[in-house]
Amino acid sequence: MSAKRLRPAAWGVVVLLAVLLPFFFNAYRVGQFTQAAALAIAVLGLNLLVGYSGQISLGHGAFFALGAYASAISITDLGVPYLLTLPIAGAVCALAGFLLGLPALRLRGLYLALVTLGVAIATPQIIKRADGLTGGTQGMSLDKITAPAWSGLADDQWLYFVTLAVAALMFVVAGFLVRGRVGRALVAIRDNEIAARTMGVDLARFKIGVFAVSAMYAGVGGALFTISIGFLAPESFPLALSFAFLAAIVVGGLATIGGALFGALFIEFVPVYAADVDEALAGVIYGGVLILFMYLLPGGVMGLVRRISSTKATPRGTDDAQAGAGHRLGGGAADAGAARERVRAQ
Amino acid sequence: MVALLTLALLASGCGRSDEGGGGGGGGGGSDPGITDKEIKLGGSYPFSGPASAYRAIADGAKAQFDFVNSKGGVDGRKISFQTLDDAYEPPKAVANARRLVEQEQVFALFNTLGTPNNLAIWDYLNQQKVPQAFVATGASSWGADVASHPYTTGWQPNYVTEAKIYADYLKKNKENAKVAVLYQNDGFGKDLLGGFEGAIEGSGVQVVAKESYEVTDPTITSQIRKLAGSGADTFLNITTPKFSALAIATIAKSDWKPLHILNNVGASKTLVLKPVGFENAKGIISTTYFKDPDSPEWADDEAMKEYKDNVKKFEPRANPSDSFTAYGWTAAATMVKALDDMKEPTRDALMDSIRSMDTEIPMLLPGINVKMDGESDGYPIEAMQIMEFDGENWKLQGDVIEAAAQDE
Amino acid sequence: MDRFIQVLVDGWATGSLYGALAVAVVLIYRATGIVNFAQGELAMFSTFIAWGLMQAGLPLGLAVLATLALSFVGGMLIERVIIRPVEGGEVLTLVIVTLGLYILVNSLAGWIWGFGNRAFPSLFGDGSFDVAGAAVPYESIGIVVVLIALVAILFAVFQRTKVGLAMRAVAMNPESSRLHGISVGRTLMIGWGVAALVGALAGVLIAPRLFLDVNFMGAVLIYSFAAATLGGFDSPLGALIGGWIVGIAEGLAGTYVDFIGSDLKILVPLTVILVVLLIRPTGLFGSAEVARA
Repeated sequence: MSAKRLRPAAWGVVVLLAVLLPFFFNAYRVGQFTQAAALAIAVLGLNLLVGYSGQISLGHGAFFALGAYASAISITDLGVPYLLTLPIAGAVCALAGFLLGLPALRLRGLYLALVTLGVAIATPQIIKRADGLTGGTQGMSLDKITAPAWSGLADDQWLYFVTLAVAALMFVVAGFLVRGRVGRALVAIRDNEIAARTMGVDLARFKIGVFAVSAMYAGVGGALFTISIGFLAPESFPLALSFAFLAAIVVGGLATIGGALFGALFIEFVPVYAADVDEALAGVIYGGVLILFMYLLPGGVMGLVRRISSTKATPRGTDDAQAGAGHRLGGGAADAGAARERVRAQ
Repeated sequence: MVALLTLALLASGCGRSDEGGGGGGGGGGSDPGITDKEIKLGGSYPFSGPASAYRAIADGAKAQFDFVNSKGGVDGRKISFQTLDDAYEPPKAVANARRLVEQEQVFALFNTLGTPNNLAIWDYLNQQKVPQAFVATGASSWGADVASHPYTTGWQPNYVTEAKIYADYLKKNKENAKVAVLYQNDGFGKDLLGGFEGAIEGSGVQVVAKESYEVTDPTITSQIRKLAGSGADTFLNITTPKFSALAIATIAKSDWKPLHILNNVGASKTLVLKPVGFENAKGIISTTYFKDPDSPEWADDEAMKEYKDNVKKFEPRANPSDSFTAYGWTAAATMVKALDDMKEPTRDALMDSIRSMDTEIPMLLPGINVKMDGESDGYPIEAMQIMEFDGENWKLQGDVIEAAAQDE
Repeated sequence: MDRFIQVLVDGWATGSLYGALAVAVVLIYRATGIVNFAQGELAMFSTFIAWGLMQAGLPLGLAVLATLALSFVGGMLIERVIIRPVEGGEVLTLVIVTLGLYILVNSLAGWIWGFGNRAFPSLFGDGSFDVAGAAVPYESIGIVVVLIALVAILFAVFQRTKVGLAMRAVAMNPESSRLHGISVGRTLMIGWGVAALVGALAGVLIAPRLFLDVNFMGAVLIYSFAAATLGGFDSPLGALIGGWIVGIAEGLAGTYVDFIGSDLKILVPLTVILVVLLIRPTGLFGSAEVARA
């Protein structure tokens, strides 16, 4: 079976498993998968930004928080039905992403990383400062979401399917984005900005645009995540969250759509398993697993997948995207165009 | 790849409970988590992250349960206490609560730590009718409206009670005190500050300056300088151990010599006073409600010896001098008593037992009881005693002071 | 006016602490081209080792020297064993490894030494003297002297020794360096070793003031990043001066600018980073990089 036919079949299996899942696991597990699905949306957003367009962000937790609060405030103060708060959260975050994307145009690699890091650090403080709106340190509670009677589902299953549906939609949209003109433009920008510009790619439009889209994804993910948890406070969005997103995109595979799924599952489940093995050494285990993952699968899980299926003919486009991802990032001030090969030290 | 994925998914879970669709929790018949042989308790603590110093509480609690089990348990039932890490993040606390209730099927949650974390789970637990007993935070929320969350109770004297005691101390000893306050910018700090401001209203004591800090701040020098410059003669220090130490050290190096009132959470001799140097801590006032493991006053006390011996035996990695360990031990002892007094092996019976408690616990100071009364008194411990540091040890002063959080 | 001078002195003293860690961060960057998120945690771990040695009976000075040596070796080992496998690959992979290292080291330190707060003695004693009404601690002067000496030594090493030249070459273009006969692996190891040593030094300088616990470097790290950014990420002197500026700015803003207040104090270093990067990305002392298409 060629790779081309393998991919939809693989996705089909994933979807099938996802649909059957909530009928076989208890509410706690289903809740975990719901949260993983919400995280996957945010992780996908970050992958669009980092993996495809090469703009590094250490501050995605900030957009996640913004979406979460936008949704929570809409629900509790404005009485908006929770589903409608998703586009609200998305719009608010898209705007924020746009605003952050503007100065980001002038920054590369390390420096963009630092600025976004700063945004992530400032987030809990700003939440606390704006306590009239956000409830500050007391946090905000959301009413429990109940399944409508016609669905015949339990509450946790209903919420899972809602999240899954939104995630599926957003994954499909992202898939179309990256396979088309937009995706190729992004990859061109990431790999060689100067060359891309000479080929007529409007750098500013694409770079800011992907920032906005990426932020929107994070915001919707944040809203869904928080709806599932039912409570949010400044402590819910620490710096560690932004780092977790970054880890997720690398573990899953940069510049891949499917990678976001694996990455989200990783950051949702592995810390729990690490703590189960030994509470006291949980961090050691988790950190160790992360490091080992990087040794064994530097291209992420999707990298492994591609290697396995690479004996078959591969379509162009996204594989080139993955091949160059990460290579042109970070490190220096203006190395977006310079060839900065890092060779394995002997 | 497909096989890999399937395997991964299946490996990560166990089957769905038989009680129809989701929602878990207490169904009809006997309550989950309790059998003739065993009681399962669960707790969520910050074993990692910025608040990891508090994990010592879990150690103390485990030592107590192990001790009780070694004597045969409660009514022949051994207590198993499952603790999970939440890194002080509310979403993780929620996940832990759900796991404990739905997957681990515990009888009750005990002593989960942190105000935001407990706020994140109390709606859920009360809906599921799972006891959220003796939470490890002093927020006044837990007892303020019993009817709204009947399955949740606090344990330690809440911050408003504590603040009132400080206010009373000043009203008696320094009528026109000008107070500068340093407080942690979260629920804990604001609760204590609010309680203090409320309690001094109408008296000669005034707050002339207040500064907050974040747990992510590396230093608090500028806050202390500002407070020193306010002309205050009294300093109310509402901080957690690391910052209590920083505050004391900074003041010691300056020429501001106020009357220093330190809140109970930051009063640990081991974690705070020893690092700053005992001579710098002389004269500091604080309060307490349980026996100080670091104080020679209780060295021969039976309860103290029992505590120290058993912590060494069952939790050798824990530090018995750490007041947080003693806290966990004592709170767990209260839980044991509540379980012992339970009339039936049900969650509702446990809550009845808790809400009608009136008992002494050996590690609490003499004169301090755990006393609750249904809806009219939702606070287990509402008394503390002032103590002053004499340069070597904390010395208890005066009598136990009762200060109800609610004056109705 | 008294207060103003005190604020300046405090800011300069605190800024020295930020600068100390910033120098280590800059070193790693200069030698290897990456920002090591685990730098603070490694410094914390080294400081705990020093503490442990003192608990075992060693006097402070010897404990510190031993720790510096151990940290140098440790840094080299980390590069060889943990970083080397991913060095040739993508930058983000390496970043995630340092992130994993951060989590691992933090947790390991807690497991070994516990999570509570403890004191760490100062190399310079506790006194202070009076300058125009403000108290200037001996310790602050001592720290600054040590750091300036450190920066001078580093400058000499980078500019005037073969090893330093090799490190600069490898950071810029490893392939070409190898063609020139430079042992890239060994040079990177030395770079990490030196950075770890400087980190350990920073740790023992900072710990007396901030008290030693598992998380004490975490709070300092972002301020150090601000300092390094301000100074130019490849200049140790810049890192130190950047640290002073950040420290003083933080003190002034916290004290005199009321709407910032103490809760938004963190905005000071973050704003510094943002403004510097937008106006002059190479910082005060950094060298510009040229992009070739």
